[in-house]
Order: sequence, then structure tokens, then C-alpha cells
Amino acid sequence: MVGYVTRRVLSAIPIALIAVTACFFILRLAPGGPFDGERALPPTTLANLRAHYNLDLPLIQQYFIYVGRLLQGDFGPSMVYNDFTVAEMLWIGLPFTLMLGFSAFIIGTIVGLVAGALSAVNQNKWPDYMLVFLVMIGLVVPNFLMAAIMQLVFGVYLDWFPAGGWQAGSIPHLVLPITVLVLPHAGRTARLMRGSMIEVLGTNYVRTAKSKGLGQRLILARHAIKPALLPVVSYLGPGLSYLLTGSLVVEQVFALPGIGKYFISAALNRDYGLVLGTTILYMFIILAVNLLVDILYAWLDPKVRYS
Amino acid sequence: MKQVLQVEDMSVTFELHQSEVHAVREMNFSLAQGETLAVVGESGSGKSQAFLAIMGLLAKNGRAEGRAMMGDINLIGMEPKQLDKHRGKDIAMIFQDPMTSLNPTLKIKTQLSEVLVKHRGFEQSQAVKSATEMLERVGIPEPAKRANAYPHELSGGMRQRVMIAMALLCQPKILIADEPTTALDVTVQAQMLDLFKTLTEDFGTALVLITHDLGVVAGVADRMMVMYGGRAVEKGTTDDLFYDPRHPYTLGLLHSTPHIAKRAERLDPIQGLPPSLEHLPKGCSFNPRCAFAFDRCLVERPPLAPTGNGREKACHYEGPMAYGKVA
Repeated sequence: MVGYVTRRVLSAIPIALIAVTACFFILRLAPGGPFDGERALPPTTLANLRAHYNLDLPLIQQYFIYVGRLLQGDFGPSMVYNDFTVAEMLWIGLPFTLMLGFSAFIIGTIVGLVAGALSAVNQNKWPDYMLVFLVMIGLVVPNFLMAAIMQLVFGVYLDWFPAGGWQAGSIPHLVLPITVLVLPHAGRTARLMRGSMIEVLGTNYVRTAKSKGLGQRLILARHAIKPALLPVVSYLGPGLSYLLTGSLVVEQVFALPGIGKYFISAALNRDYGLVLGTTILYMFIILAVNLLVDILYAWLDPKVRYS
Repeated sequence: MKQVLQVEDMSVTFELHQSEVHAVREMNFSLAQGETLAVVGESGSGKSQAFLAIMGLLAKNGRAEGRAMMGDINLIGMEPKQLDKHRGKDIAMIFQDPMTSLNPTLKIKTQLSEVLVKHRGFEQSQAVKSATEMLERVGIPEPAKRANAYPHELSGGMRQRVMIAMALLCQPKILIADEPTTALDVTVQAQMLDLFKTLTEDFGTALVLITHDLGVVAGVADRMMVMYGGRAVEKGTTDDLFYDPRHPYTLGLLHSTPHIAKRAERLDPIQGLPPSLEHLPKGCSFNPRCAFAFDRCLVERPPLAPTGNGREKACHYEGPMAYGKVA
């Protein structure tokens, strides 16, 4: 097991390096630069600025300088918010975004698993039809539209929750944004769980368990859940990345102080350092979650362990 | 001899979208303590479904009627909760495919010990100990080590031994083995049959051996029931049916089995295909494939009737039977 985890951690290093490289060059392919504005800067000022941020060097050299700094944990300066380094900017927005994302992730996963399992056990009866209907709604309505509907219905008409904004520590402010994030994630998770649970309940080994007279509860808890979780667990990694990217939009719509605002404006402003820093951080989070998923997978499926 | 299972007028029906399929009809038989009954027939003859019905394991669209009396309780139509008090304890089942019949995510010892915890109220540690002893008894080397293994770490033969151990843990009165050797190597098949014979004798367990392999039947079974198109067509002792088959279908089955004492000639298969249960022929279901069919067979279905000596058959033909090349 230790060997397996070590191998997985080591294999994440080249993946991270490839991702950083790809981000760096793709960003530079985009037209424009951080100092383009409504009014062109005087040429000498522009030249000084570019020299200051090493933008006058050949691209490949800039790349090595960036990676070199990154390896020392330095994300570099923000090119638009001159007074801040990228690390400082991230530190302002990231904790909130992660709190929002992971809350939605945990709630959505649990809701999805329970709903999917209930659906499967009651296959083709009314609780199943109802859940499948709700899941479809969660899946097909895009989050920016769902956010607007939520704001209108629960924020304005019913006035149950604030329609936007943030006060430190206020849970009511979080209810609507988290709901909007939870719906599609829970929907996808439930759909996968329903399908795989139905499949598992039809397997020969569940029939064997029935023939042993174990009773439905024990069969579900001991024999069906673990194998049914396998396909769901492998979805959780990509699922989290959907959720985190979705949260960038949701933060904007609900005017929440996360990293989303900076990320979107940084991309528009070509604030190279900030876009790269945010992307790389997200990448590390997703790599870490995928690693956790793989470890969980090995625990669920004994066949994976030694390979 | 004490009867441990008495099946009376049992039928199994499956509901399809538009129609109903009668997989088993008018099944009657009894099983005495400790005896071995072979249930023989082609695929689709209803032999597996009949016993899945007794175990309460029919698919959702399946329905069983009639009685399967184990003592004074009727297993057919019993609530799953009530049935669970008997399944695995008084009546156990072994399935055809040992590769998929064990849970891949649970250790062998978990899958064995849970039976004892459920039915015997054992403590976990005690249950694991008994389970390990049972593994040794079914001929698994290093049982303590195997008990800690997962199914994928064992070979097919080993897994079927585990299934046998699991079924026999509570020393059931009845053991149903559905094609237990079909998925195994021929060499392993023989070992497995020996194991069945020894263990069921030791425990006084009655064995139902569902198979299409007459070679399996010959060495093990006391009595035979031959099934065709969802019905029993001939019943009797194994010796009687092997040496003096009275139903053309039984005769056909015997002739389509390779025989070591005979010269290697071509096998004599039964002509035609097994019938579709949705469209059984009028009269006797076997009439399109029967060499002895005459006009009565085309209109009137022969009932299963005693022919003396404790034998029963469902056939109108009473004359001598010569079959193909083998007179």
C-alpha cells in the first residue's frame, strides 16, 4: 500500500510539470498583454514595464525563470495589481473559494450517493421516478441560469435567503450558492450510483448473498455498496474540477469574495502571473483529490492493490 | 426414509412485456433425507428456474405457484424475511459460475463467517474459526491463509470449494447444486463430485444436482428426474434410467453422451432444437424431435404417470425403442 501511494505521488510530478508548461505557453499565445489599455502607454514606460517583468526576454527564457521561481514556491508578482504578489492575491480569495467548493463537494457527494442508492433499491417505483426527475433538472440546467432562478425565487419572491453578498460567518448567505453548486454534482453522482447499484444488485454474488439468507440490509451494507461505489469514486476527481470551475461563475453571480472574481478579471487583463498561479493551484488541488480517489479505489477494489 | 422436501404442483411463470412464459409446470417430486437427486435437461428446460423458485431467487418478473414443503413450511410465496431464516441454514445453494458467485470486494472469511453469525448466532472470531475448519474440510490447503484472501486470488476450483464450504457451514438438510462443475476443468470436476458425495454423506444432507452432463449424474445420483420444455418427462432411479430408459428424450440424451467403452464413432445428437417455451408444440412438447412420435402425440400431451417399479414417464409410446445406429 505504501509503495502504491509513493508511486502515485511520484507519477503526479511529471503531470504537474506538463500542465504548468501547457498553461504557460497557451496563455502567451493569446493576443494582447497585461499593459494594453484604452489609452496606449508611452513607449518608454511600456519598455520599462516589460523589462521589469522580464517580458522582453525570449519566451523560452521567461519560461525557465518562471518554473525556477515556482520550484522555490514563488508565484511571482501580479502584473495588474502592482502592490500584490500572486501569492497574496491567492491568499485573499482562495480560502473562501475552497470552503465553498469543498462544502458543495461533500454535501453533493453524500446527497448524490444516498439518492442514487435509494433510486436503485426502488427501481421503477415512484421514489425512483421522482429522484430521476430531480436529477435530470440538476443536470440540464446550467449553473448561471440556476443561480439566477434561485436568486429570484428564494432571494426575491420568497425572501428566505439573501440573494447575494457576503457577511463573514453568515450561513444563510451560503445556502443559495452552495445549492446551485450541489445540484449538478449531486445529479451526476446520483445517476452513476443508481446505474452501478442496479448492476451490482443483479450480480451473481448478490444472488449468493440472498441464498445465504443474509437479509436486505446486510446485503446492501456489506455486499452491494462497496462494489457499487467504484465507478462513482472514479468520477469524484473530475467531479471536483467541474465544481471548482463552476464555483468561479457562481461566486460572480452571488458577488462572493472568492478567487473567481480575480481569476476571471486576470484572464481578461492578461495578468499572466495571476492566471498561472490560480490555474496551478487548482491543478494541485485536483491532482491531490485524484490521488485520494485512487487510494480510495484501491481500498474498495482489492484487485487494484498490488498492480 | 424421511422426506426433507416435497414439491407439489409447482409452476414458475415469467411475465414479459406482451406475454407470459411458463418456465416450469406441474412439477412434483420429493427428496428424502441424505439422497442425491439429479435433475437433467437441456438449457431452457426449466431445471434451474425450478430450484431458484424454491430458494426465492427468481428474477423480479418471475412468479412461482404451488407448494415446496420443507417439513410443514411452504417455501413458495414465503415473505423474504421468513425465508431468510431458512435460506443458508436449512436449504443452501451452489451456483454454476464460481468466478462471479463470490463477492470480489470481501475476504473469503467474511463471506463464510457471516453465514454462521446470521444463522447460528456465533461471535465473529468463533465464526471465522469454524469457517477455516470448513475450508480445510473441503480440501483447501493452508485454510487460514486462504481465509484471508480475496476471491480473485484463488483458482476456479478453489472458489467452487469455497462455495461448497459456504453452503455446508450450517449443515443444511438440502443442498441444491446448479451445474456446480460446468465451469471447471474435467480433472477438477471429478474431485468436486467426490467432495459432494463425501460431505453430503457426512452431514446427512440431501443433494439436488442440476446438470446437463449425464457423466456427472452416473457416479453420484441415486435418482434422476429428466426435464423437457418445463416439465418432468421421466423419473426413476439412476440405474433404471441409464440401463432402461423409457422416454425417447432420455434415450436421446444417453445416446448423445460419449461412451468410453464404445468405439469412437460420431455422437448421435438429438435432432432439432430445444423448444421455445413461448411456443411449445401442441400435444407432447417433444414430438417434433421424437423418432417414435405417432398421431396421438401431436394432439394429446402425455401426463407423467407411474409405469411400475417406482418409475414415472410422460410418453404415449409403449413399444420397443431402437435408436439410430445403436439398436
